[in-house]
Amino acid sequence: MEKNNKTTGKVAGIVSNLVIVEVDGPVSQNEIGFIVHGKERLMAEIIKVEGVNAFIQVFESTRGVRIGAKVEFEKHMLEVTLGPGILSRNYDGLQNDLDKMKGVFLTRGEYTDPLNREVKWDFKPLATKGDRVTAGSWLGEVMENSISHKIMVPFKMEGRYTVKKIVEKGEYTVDDTVAVVEDEEGNETSLTMVQKWPVKVPIKAFKHKPRPFRLLETGVRCIDTLNPITEGGTGFIPGAFGTGKTVLQHAISKQAEADVVIIAACGERANEVVEVFTEFPELEDPRTGRKLIERTTIIANTSNMPVAAREASVYTAMTLGEYYRSMGLKVLLIADSTSRWAQALREMSNRLEELPGPDAYPMDLSAVISNFYSRAGFVYLNEKDATGSISFIGTVSPAGGNLKEPVTESTRKAARCFYGLSQDRADSKRYPAIDPIDSYSKYLEYPEVQKNLAENQGDEWLGNVLKARDILLRGKEAMEQINILGDDGVPIAFHDRFWKSELIDFVILQQDAFDKIDATTSLERQKYMLLSVLSVADSEFEFKDFEVVSTFYKEMINLYKQMNYSEFESDDFKKHESELQELLKTKMK
Amino acid sequence: MESQAFQKIYTKLTNITKATVTLKAADVGYDEMALVHGRRAQVVKLMGDQVTLQVFAGTEGIPTNAEVTFMGRPPQLKVSEDLGGRFFNAYGDPIDGGPDVEGEIRDTGSPSVNPVRRMQPSQFIATGIAGIDLNNSLVSGQKIPFFADPDQPYNQVMASVALRAKADKIILGGMGLTNDDYLYFKNVFENAGALDRIVSFVNTTDNPPVERLLVPDMALTAAEYFAVDHDQNVLVLLTDMTLFADALSIVSNRMDQIPSKDSMPGSLYSDLARIYEKAVQFPSGGSITIVAVTTLSGGDITHAIPDNTGYITEGQLFLRRDTEIGKVIVDPFRSLSRLKQLVIGTQTRSDHPQVMNAAVRLYADAANARTKLENGFDLTDYDERTLDFAKEYSEQLLAIDVNLDTDTMLDIAWDLFVKYFTKAEVRIKKEFVDKYWKK
Repeated sequence: MEKNNKTTGKVAGIVSNLVIVEVDGPVSQNEIGFIVHGKERLMAEIIKVEGVNAFIQVFESTRGVRIGAKVEFEKHMLEVTLGPGILSRNYDGLQNDLDKMKGVFLTRGEYTDPLNREVKWDFKPLATKGDRVTAGSWLGEVMENSISHKIMVPFKMEGRYTVKKIVEKGEYTVDDTVAVVEDEEGNETSLTMVQKWPVKVPIKAFKHKPRPFRLLETGVRCIDTLNPITEGGTGFIPGAFGTGKTVLQHAISKQAEADVVIIAACGERANEVVEVFTEFPELEDPRTGRKLIERTTIIANTSNMPVAAREASVYTAMTLGEYYRSMGLKVLLIADSTSRWAQALREMSNRLEELPGPDAYPMDLSAVISNFYSRAGFVYLNEKDATGSISFIGTVSPAGGNLKEPVTESTRKAARCFYGLSQDRADSKRYPAIDPIDSYSKYLEYPEVQKNLAENQGDEWLGNVLKARDILLRGKEAMEQINILGDDGVPIAFHDRFWKSELIDFVILQQDAFDKIDATTSLERQKYMLLSVLSVADSEFEFKDFEVVSTFYKEMINLYKQMNYSEFESDDFKKHESELQELLKTKMK
Repeated sequence: MESQAFQKIYTKLTNITKATVTLKAADVGYDEMALVHGRRAQVVKLMGDQVTLQVFAGTEGIPTNAEVTFMGRPPQLKVSEDLGGRFFNAYGDPIDGGPDVEGEIRDTGSPSVNPVRRMQPSQFIATGIAGIDLNNSLVSGQKIPFFADPDQPYNQVMASVALRAKADKIILGGMGLTNDDYLYFKNVFENAGALDRIVSFVNTTDNPPVERLLVPDMALTAAEYFAVDHDQNVLVLLTDMTLFADALSIVSNRMDQIPSKDSMPGSLYSDLARIYEKAVQFPSGGSITIVAVTTLSGGDITHAIPDNTGYITEGQLFLRRDTEIGKVIVDPFRSLSRLKQLVIGTQTRSDHPQVMNAAVRLYADAANARTKLENGFDLTDYDERTLDFAKEYSEQLLAIDVNLDTDTMLDIAWDLFVKYFTKAEVRIKKEFVDKYWKK
């Protein structure tokens, strides 16, 4: 019996959630074990081995645990269960279904099944008998909410197989056998809709991973227009508290053009997750008209939940993302916030008495973050012409708002887009507070992205975007001059330059996340508005004195805002636009 | 577990540091409480047969043959309705001369609420202070600290908030309170005739600093009892969380941990979150709201304590002395209530959001005008009017000594708008202007 092969051990030391276990057999790094504490079984992971001592981090409180308590090891790393029924679920960092837990309070040692074993799925075969398949090949599909959920050859199966049998279209539970495959030696394996995968190992069931090239529409203007992220791209949002990280992340997760959205609430406020639980079942996906919750999975490991599970939660989220990517879907993964995950690493490194790096973070922090970000990406799957992607956006909560701290610095090396939230912009209620000058998207430098932009947004697009940036920069310089020399100490042209940058700021950059229409802007509309604003910026106006400049532009901004608040190309929109034209005529040279 | 009769007495300490003692002992649970030489201690490390205990009151004078007994339980509190009106120390022992409280024994530091079992907070809490109700409205189930320099009257403000909020129970967790402040709270509560709905856990500056680490857990265990068992709305006051964090750093230093930013332990965020996240709205109707105090050093919010706090709490109330009026105000720029959107304009009058924004915007214009003035530039007529408005706005609404109902606050704001500005300058939706703009 396999059970006899399992290594066991005895607790020999405890410091907070670090436990030292004397083991009686072989164990492996990152192996999962359970401490038997009365009727409770406390899950833990091996993080270091020294002689017969295994150091384990416990995913629960160790209160009351005694020396000599039995520990049972499981012979596998921390794994997630993959199968239909993951969408719309609320999991904790270890993929326990939170809704299945009984009490109001989380009970230590309570683990729940992430999948529903009873419900029947309408299975439709995609493979036929005799097909040659490998890990990740699509055997069939079921409809999960409105998404085609592919049933695949488990990722753990190495080598080539031949499909010996596949069931007919019909209703099956996740545990029913849907296919039988045979390896090259003639051994048969029965497959169900469920498989398991260790979260810290990337799923590599794809042909290759090119550089991302296709724009990912988020509906947020200062991302899509100025610093776009790509399908399969990576970005991060650092910002001090109160600069609007959460609102921005929620906006992206609501509006982005993705088939599946996975939100890892990692060490943040529980009430923010409650907001998602409360709102997403009500809100509609702007593209499909279906409820947002149907495409969303939430991994909630809030700040008061066990610290060690915080680290697991981001890996759990990424693995679920990779699973859906292998089905040829566009996945958006959001982690709020990776700083809390880094802090969890720091706490453990400290208990292990490792030599610390900067700010007491572990020395390998940078490598850990880079490895994690590298799991995102756009891939060509083994399946005929299919592609899939994971776009990953992480938030960073820099200590004291200082962007030079280790987590921000390490993330900067890994992520390709930087959306820095500025305290000044937040203070003056210019939301989203993404700093237009410091932020960047490396993707704009990729020729393949430039080509994609030219095809979709027109040849002029990139030039126009760069022009808008220049205007913002020159406006900032003009403002500094005005502040030094006084309103009437500078030529009127300085005021004009400043207000042209304000125009872009108010009309393009600032966006009302709480307004039904302004909250999301289509690429077509973004293009239209940018061109409109740039044509004003190109115009020369006649002003009597500097006070007229601000009045004129304020009036203009007001009309543009009304346009932003109106349905694109609606009567209202057009009415405000013609009012705008009238206004422009009054000062045109 | 509770039987004290057959307890084994150990008398051989192998190690003594400033904060901890180590001895050989068997069958001891992690986090368990113990008595060392008559002082309370808690297990912080188990290594083979060696047990390390943190002695809360410090180890001064403890001999190597001191008597050690283990209590076989984590820190606990006896809970019942009788807690009302009583004062306790950090261990939950009465300090008001009254009898011990009988009741059910609860472990402190209970597990977290399952996030899917939380409700979205939704009940407006009126405090009478316009700087809070008008600009940074509180919601039951919220957690929010006052950020204040030590010389500001934060304890007085908190006491008035506590008495005016319509909470069923008020739990005071005092950490490092001076004896004077302790007596102040006691007097205020007594004079208000509210004593029976107040429970206090107090660690004063006379007590050992490390003891105060137990205070939030005690206070929140009592709070959970009233909110869960009796579906009551409970308001928890924690003052001063900066002194709590200082105690954490003392312990981590004595345990030879590597400090992170500002000499604070690397786990500061988790340690604070564990406390603040106890704020919750339960589906059954009970709630826990936490109002805390985080004292600052010279208004510096980038220090690790306020910084980590800001990432955890749902906003902050920033107290500042306004030199124009010579009073302490709730700073409208640096204060924030993240949950106010859930109640303003729906549970308060519908013009509330617009009036709030307009007033703060005009106040910001006044700040700009002041900068202009300081830099020696000429002021326009509009600038002059904003300055006059700012002074009255500060005096009549932002000052912490006001006590008004929300409708009156809004009416005052409208009066000031009419007095100093044109309708166009105020930029409020027409429907509200038509209704409230009275010459």
